[in-house]
Amino acid sequence: MERPSATGLAVGLAPVGASVPRVDGFAKVTGRALYLDDLDAPGAWHGATVRSTIAHGVLEAIDLDPAFDWSQVVVATAADITGNNFANFIRLIEDDQVALVPIGGRVMHVDEAIALVSAPTRQLAFIAAKHVKPRIKALPAVFDIESALAANQKLFGADNIFKQFLIRKGHVSDAELEAVFAGAARVIEGTYQTSPQEQMYIETQAMMARWDGEVCRIVGSMQCPYYVHKAMKAFLDCDADEVVISQSVTGGGFGGKEEYPSMLAAHVAVLAKKTGRAVKMVYDRDEDIAATTKRHPCRTHHRLAVDASGEILAIDADVVMDGGAYLTLSPVVLSRGVLHAAGPYRSPVVRIRGRVVATNHPPHGAFRGFGAPQTTFAYERQIQKLALALGEDALAIRKRLAVRAGDTTATGQLLGISVGTDEVIGAIEQVAGKPPVRDGHGPSGAPVRRGRGVVFYFHGAGFTGAGEQRLAGRAAVAVTADGGFEVRSSSTDIGQGAITMFSQIAAGALGVDPAAIVVVDPSTAQVPDSGPTVASRTCMVVGGVVEKAALAVRAKLEAWAAAHDVRGSIGEVARAYAVKHGELVEIVAYEPPPGIAWDDSTYTGAAYPVFGWAACLVDVEVDLDTYEVAITRCVQAIDVGKAINPSIVKGQIEGGTLQALGWAVLENVVYKDGKVANANMTNCIVPTFADAPDLETILIEVPYPYGPSGAKGVGEIPMDGPAAAVANAVEDALGCAFDELPISPEVVAASKPRWRKS
Amino acid sequence: MTTYLRPRDLDEGLHARAEHADWTVLAGGTDLLVNANHRAAPVGMIDLWRLADLCFVRVEKTSVAIGAGTTWTEVERHPAIRAKLAPLALAAREIGALQIQARGTLGGNVGTSSPVGDSLPALLALDAELEVASVRGHRRVPYREWCTGYRTTHLAADELIIAAHVPVPDATTRTSWRKVGTRRAQSISKVMGAAAITLDGDVVVSARVALGAIANRPIRITAVEDAVRGQRLGVAGDAARAALRGAIQPIDDVRSTATYRREVAENLVARFFSVS
Ligand SMILES: Cc1cc2nc3c(=O)[nH]c(=O)nc-3n(C[C@H](O)[C@H](O)[C@H](O)COP(=O)(O)OP(=O)(O)OC[C@H]3O[C@@H](n4cnc5c(N)ncnc54)[C@H](O)[C@@H]3O)c2cc1C
Repeated sequence: MERPSATGLAVGLAPVGASVPRVDGFAKVTGRALYLDDLDAPGAWHGATVRSTIAHGVLEAIDLDPAFDWSQVVVATAADITGNNFANFIRLIEDDQVALVPIGGRVMHVDEAIALVSAPTRQLAFIAAKHVKPRIKALPAVFDIESALAANQKLFGADNIFKQFLIRKGHVSDAELEAVFAGAARVIEGTYQTSPQEQMYIETQAMMARWDGEVCRIVGSMQCPYYVHKAMKAFLDCDADEVVISQSVTGGGFGGKEEYPSMLAAHVAVLAKKTGRAVKMVYDRDEDIAATTKRHPCRTHHRLAVDASGEILAIDADVVMDGGAYLTLSPVVLSRGVLHAAGPYRSPVVRIRGRVVATNHPPHGAFRGFGAPQTTFAYERQIQKLALALGEDALAIRKRLAVRAGDTTATGQLLGISVGTDEVIGAIEQVAGKPPVRDGHGPSGAPVRRGRGVVFYFHGAGFTGAGEQRLAGRAAVAVTADGGFEVRSSSTDIGQGAITMFSQIAAGALGVDPAAIVVVDPSTAQVPDSGPTVASRTCMVVGGVVEKAALAVRAKLEAWAAAHDVRGSIGEVARAYAVKHGELVEIVAYEPPPGIAWDDSTYTGAAYPVFGWAACLVDVEVDLDTYEVAITRCVQAIDVGKAINPSIVKGQIEGGTLQALGWAVLENVVYKDGKVANANMTNCIVPTFADAPDLETILIEVPYPYGPSGAKGVGEIPMDGPAAAVANAVEDALGCAFDELPISPEVVAASKPRWRKS
Repeated sequence: MTTYLRPRDLDEGLHARAEHADWTVLAGGTDLLVNANHRAAPVGMIDLWRLADLCFVRVEKTSVAIGAGTTWTEVERHPAIRAKLAPLALAAREIGALQIQARGTLGGNVGTSSPVGDSLPALLALDAELEVASVRGHRRVPYREWCTGYRTTHLAADELIIAAHVPVPDATTRTSWRKVGTRRAQSISKVMGAAAITLDGDVVVSARVALGAIANRPIRITAVEDAVRGQRLGVAGDAARAALRGAIQPIDDVRSTATYRREVAENLVARFFSVS
């Protein structure tokens, strides 16, 4: 009989591929996990931020309310940054974003940080912050893509363009491209707009700093300790070992804790310096929604040229994103957006243009999918319009036009391995069943119209182009001095299950139970730089490195055991080894698979080492009294290569899917004069369980030979497709196109004159 | 510092209320605590949570008396309320979600008197009466006269809300309720409405129609009530829609638009008077 082990895994069962319980699960559901706000630091003060109420202007002065008692409060401004010989910028791709606007400096967006206050209690800090009054001389502000491109008001360079890309395939000039369109039997053309979206992680941004002599120690909620480390090294102008960054238990990120934590880190470091104490900063929910990064709003103009037999002759996409006030991560978000804009469809000719522009919105940033959900919405609406124009079945047309192994992508990447097109489309075909009956009545007695939408899409796993090669992310597996096994990586667990997955991979490679593996808390003092926890790369890239390191440890232990005639399990060998020699550490760096070539200057070649593939089916019911779109069914079939932990993978897919469905019908960030007008959870809504249909998830495993046990990325892909599937379904129900998100009841109501007469 | 009082009975509560007009009355706290971070702490607090004198549902001959301290979970689960006062039971199950329903009370919804208070149109359509009390004695106020403006009511500074007395509609009266919120749960209403329609066969004898979230307080729509009298169901729906058009002035805000609210309000009201 099989005996359950400590992890609940039957002894003898391979750890990889088993749904072992989450390592962090018990502590989290019992409230024992300590988040930043739970960490007790004796004598710590609390920080709060004074922010701009104006979108664009010049900071003339910072006034302290003379009526307020300042004796218990410390106030810090940009002068404290320069006064300490710190550098007033947050290092990322460029160094353009200030930590605090200096007097005489330019305020670039509402809720930009202007000053900091610290006090013994959080309440006093927040009250004191209200008594600090910045004086700002307003300048004309820019809030939309058109005005940004007109560049009457210059926010960045001469043209307000942070970054642009041009991808050409199968042609060399615009004239040549236009000739293809001119000769086409049919052209499908449309403009698609997607809205900003808030990550709404359950734990708000939180960080704490303490100076230990010359060493600044920072702990907080974050995805990427080494991003914060890089930013803080530059900000404090210090050596690598003079700043230590540690991740505390983190309540969600979704990209929202990729770049923004560096800002908090700078703020708490300055306050800790000035107060001579530990300083903790935990954002209010309203502040977090108002001030931190969101998904880039995006406008995509998309054209498809098709010949008389319905084959695609050319794809032309023009993508424009609103980057907000600073460059931050916009170039790479745009890059991923344009690299996905042609979709997973065969086309001999492709042109993709992309621009991301500066506006006076708070900077837009990383959010699950990272530009791809925006352009996926555009191309999957286009394919649907083509299907309608040709009178072809929605799944059949995708099957007919989709890329397979042997085809090339927009960048000329030859697809070879792990292409799950037929598997994912086939899985949806199999479960689809009959489409819902169009007309009927809902539970309230109101008439409803029903419809079905499908999409087919892909998502590049890992960093774009030569990114992984440049980064060469490292991780270590160690036998500790007391004979245990450790995984050391800077990839963080932000609720997605990374530490459980690492322990399974390492356990599989070592031949031990996952419960025997300790995944070390990420701190720059004790783990190597594995690269950031982004881009669906943690399992595929870092997991692969962990697997190699574990295999190396195992090989060494086995060789040592053979040489010294030590018998027993690998765990026993490890303990014997440690008694004799102490620690054994194998650090491995990522090496790209062979034959991966990318040219950054022409944007051609292998944009990603491999892609995940997916198909999604959505049924909707539109209430004709209230114009609400209810999603009654949603099936996702996703090719993940290999599910290391099927239950965690399904969780990732369900969560990403619900985020996408929310983005499709009810989420939105409403800006008014550059300020988030719905900065609270009452009005900046995300779906509840009551809004979620039963999510059907089909895991497809077309192995990727260079991933651990065949695994490839899964974190982002589920976010990309469902919004277009919803739009396609609502179009099916009502007989008119929906090319903008969200498809809110207000939008559906306004579309009434366009509905199919029936 | 806030003085905190948890009265043993109603009498102690009423005396405290009489002595301290500036103290805050607390029931489930689901309205009060939302803004607590942004306001100065109250001088004192009278905590009525679970005060026995206010926690009751009494089924009487022609009406049901619901104590102010009754939670929405209790309202929703009460067999007599479900059977006889459907709009109230339906509203209860759409207030917030389970956690809020377990804590939020009828007295709190009526006390806050928000234009988006979900039970309030139901109380209007069912023609409820409120019972309030002070050390000066008890009095009853027809609910249709209770709200005086945006979040203002006829409650005097020394009074507490005791109960809602809700007449049970007779067999010839059909009732309806619908909430249209921003999402399916934990949602603020964009429009919601309730109706009680007395019929002779399929002819409307009389009707009470109330809407929320389309004015500064929940309101009865007398123009609609007049327009449908004597009309057959179906035709009455068209008449209701037409009458509503001139009767309301909904607004644009961050949650919705005036156009949407108007159109949906018309659809809901027309649906209340449709055949079936
Ligand atoms: C997440 C969330 C979701 C919500 N969703 C909804 C919703 O969908 N629909 C909806 O209508 N409301 C909603 N609410 C608001 C709230 O839950 C309801 O209004 C509830 O009925 C308030 O009851 P309470 O007992 O918690 O009131 P409290 O907050 O305790 O009190 C509210 C007000 O009433 C006064 N009061 C209470 N009892 C008495 C009394 N006996 N005599 C005199 N004055 C009294 C108080 O002084 C206070 O002014 C929501 C609130 C939250 C936090």
